[in-house]
Amino acid sequence: MSETTGIANQASSPLSLKGMDYSVLQQCMHCGMCLPTCPTYDTTRLERNSPRGRIAWMRAIADGEMSVDKAFADEMYYCLGCLACTTACPAGVDYPTLFEAARADIEQAEAAGHGQRDFWRWLAVKTLFMRPRLLRFVGRVLRLYQWTNTDVFFRKIGLMRLAPARLRELEPQTPRVCAKFSHQLIEPEEKPTGESRYRVGLLTGCVQDLAFSDINRDTADVLLANGCAVVTPPVQSCCGSLHAHNGELELARELARRNLDLFDLDSLDAVITNAGGCGSHLKHYAKLLDGDVKYRDRAHAWDKKCKDIHEWLVEIGISPPKGGLAEQAVTYHESCHLCHGQKVKAQPRELLRAIPGLEFVELPESDWCCGSAGIYNITQPEQAGKLQHRKVEHISKTGAVCVATANPGCHLQLVNGLREQGLTVEVRHPISLLAEAYRRSG
Amino acid sequence: MNLTELTSRLPEGSVLTAREDLLPYAFDGTAALKQMPAAVVFPRNAEDVAAVLRFADEQNAPVVTRGSGTGLSGGSVPVKNGIVLCTLRMDKVLEVDTRNLAMMVEPGVLTKVIDEEAAKHGLFYPPDPSSMKVSTIGGNVANNSGGLRGLKYGVTRDYVMGLEAVIPDGEIVWLGSKCVKDVAGYNLRDLFIGSEGTLGVITRILLKLVPRPKAKRTLLATYSDIERAAETVSAVIEAKIIPCTMEFLDRMTIRCVEDFAHVGLPTDCEALLFMETDGHPAVVEEEAAAMAEIARKYGAKEVTLAADEAQALQLATARRSAFAALARIKPTTILEDATVPRSELARMVRFCEETGKKHGLQLASFGHMGDGNLHPTFLTNEKDTEEMHRVEQAMSEIFDFAISLGGTITGEHGVGLAKRDFLPRQFDPGSYALLSKVKASLDPKGLLNPGKIFPVQG
Repeated sequence: MSETTGIANQASSPLSLKGMDYSVLQQCMHCGMCLPTCPTYDTTRLERNSPRGRIAWMRAIADGEMSVDKAFADEMYYCLGCLACTTACPAGVDYPTLFEAARADIEQAEAAGHGQRDFWRWLAVKTLFMRPRLLRFVGRVLRLYQWTNTDVFFRKIGLMRLAPARLRELEPQTPRVCAKFSHQLIEPEEKPTGESRYRVGLLTGCVQDLAFSDINRDTADVLLANGCAVVTPPVQSCCGSLHAHNGELELARELARRNLDLFDLDSLDAVITNAGGCGSHLKHYAKLLDGDVKYRDRAHAWDKKCKDIHEWLVEIGISPPKGGLAEQAVTYHESCHLCHGQKVKAQPRELLRAIPGLEFVELPESDWCCGSAGIYNITQPEQAGKLQHRKVEHISKTGAVCVATANPGCHLQLVNGLREQGLTVEVRHPISLLAEAYRRSG
Repeated sequence: MNLTELTSRLPEGSVLTAREDLLPYAFDGTAALKQMPAAVVFPRNAEDVAAVLRFADEQNAPVVTRGSGTGLSGGSVPVKNGIVLCTLRMDKVLEVDTRNLAMMVEPGVLTKVIDEEAAKHGLFYPPDPSSMKVSTIGGNVANNSGGLRGLKYGVTRDYVMGLEAVIPDGEIVWLGSKCVKDVAGYNLRDLFIGSEGTLGVITRILLKLVPRPKAKRTLLATYSDIERAAETVSAVIEAKIIPCTMEFLDRMTIRCVEDFAHVGLPTDCEALLFMETDGHPAVVEEEAAAMAEIARKYGAKEVTLAADEAQALQLATARRSAFAALARIKPTTILEDATVPRSELARMVRFCEETGKKHGLQLASFGHMGDGNLHPTFLTNEKDTEEMHRVEQAMSEIFDFAISLGGTITGEHGVGLAKRDFLPRQFDPGSYALLSKVKASLDPKGLLNPGKIFPVQG
């Protein structure tokens, strides 16, 4: 028996509950320590909506006592996948593997039902987020629609009433698309003014690239200010986290291979990601490609070099910014996959505290999911809304004028939530605040 | 059982019957015990509970009461096709009486919430089972739970002034009062404390609170063997110091806890003592200094003081994870709570170690050294029937030895299913018969938690 958390043996067969290493399922000894940290259990107080309840269900499926049906699909898509349970779990249950296997089983069995869901999955998971150029094209169209105020016009003349209800609800939440995407803001290779201490790759992401390309620019700037030469391939693929979390492991593997091909790992000290959700997936390519003889070794090397930006900066030690920001209280919302997935908790706070002028205020329940959770706010709007509301309440009580967060999904969720409640709290990436401080250092 | 009838007698949304909804109620925190119920009900008050018990009485249906399902003796594992009565929707703090230092609560309130409520008024609810973030007060009372502060503050029983319960015929009874002194009639309140849901369902609890200690100091001492740690504990108490906590962890437990919590526990020692003293600031400083000195005198390799409250809390939280953290080594952790008079602790620890070795089993130990409550934990795999058989053998020997030292088979987890068959060993036949007689007189049909504490009759 392995002394560490079991990793599913998926050398040749696709990941599934029945086919996986049974010890992963057995690792849960149902002590219940996860219960108070699970947002869905907190809402319903029903065991089936808790981590240990879901694992019991998964185990029953592996044991052949239950089948992969609609009820199971509903439950597994009600789970946020926030991974708060993994932080709480003393036994070290590998919930990410269980979660991905369960969702893969559901897709395999086509247990989740058809209809509109199929269209959205086809559009997002199988099409847009597989084709970076197409995604950017759609981004441009969306930008045109937004910046010509067509959206406002459509809403005014009531045209949106013709759209399906779900689309109508979602449309105002659509992120504002940036004027320029990352490749227009960042050169393929940029060197710091002084001596290069390190050479790193920069991952620009999908949503980050469309809606927050300025955060990518800021990330490059902060890296340059700390002696890192930055390599940023202009056309990058999605990391595949969206696919892995939604039961499409084969597509996730294909994307992982593309990313491995894109970077010359030997020439880099690190590959940097600034989005919590992506990072949590990016660091586990070795597990994903375990059965791939050609890519396995490279995936191992990749996992070692893949670093969250905050983690990397604290590791190499930053030169403290001399210039400060206007005096303001700033709080910090933790992206689930940054704090629970990657266990990066202290570093973003450390960086924020290093910025002169900022008064750092702790956010109550800072590591409680905001409801964004990938595409959860689209698939489960009710529960997502509850969590969003709870988060915004906490933010407003801190008195902070700015909330920092390091994941595009959370970023949008907070922007929308704050706007809905009429609050003027700004949402920023910690690295953007840091970049601004460097700029003011002159 | 007529489930439609049961559902009709309770408010809407109070009953679960779908297989997938029931499945996660088939177990509690105990390893390797599982049984599917026919229904799970969520009463909102004593009247709902009475309705459920009257229904059960009519239909001869067994009822198992459950809170958060963190029990470690199988006490809330369902009876096959029976009803699980879950108290989680009875979760109100009804009153905090600062003049009488008392708090009235419903059974589904989490233990941690009780202490947080008390703290708002400068008061303190001391019993702190390791599962306190999850466990309910109802479950604590029904199992007379202990915790890390037993040595100085006692256990749950010492903080229950009164309780309301529904007995099997559906009658709602109140036992106890806010009076410090009350000798009216038999003390039936105490009968219900630790009754493990076999006599009635507790629906309200009047708790005693104490002033919150103003200061606390936390110490860690490391040892190259367990005996020295045990000697330190005895010497501290002999020096007329009663610390609130004296926990010990063996090497394997330290490693697992550190692997999970990353709090900087020293992993290069055989035993670790985690000690806390609380009370008046001046006394606490004095006692902490004396404890550190005694620890060094009795061979501690290193003694460190927690820097601040945050670090102390981190260490205590890490200690509370010990049981589950041990699952990192092997998937099934069979945790026992054999308890002996403090003076016999070192002998008991040694015996457990030898017994584990004799049966070729992996054993980790931790526990409440200050009160003689030990947690020898077998690390095994429930799928390995041959090894599980050896675990049972070893457990049986450990229980016998504990009894021979004047100890008990269970200090704080309860008898439940897991220790039921060992219970007669601890009592002479006449005493055991008296226990059964109490059960039979309150629950003649044997419908409340049947099979727990006693085997099912007939």
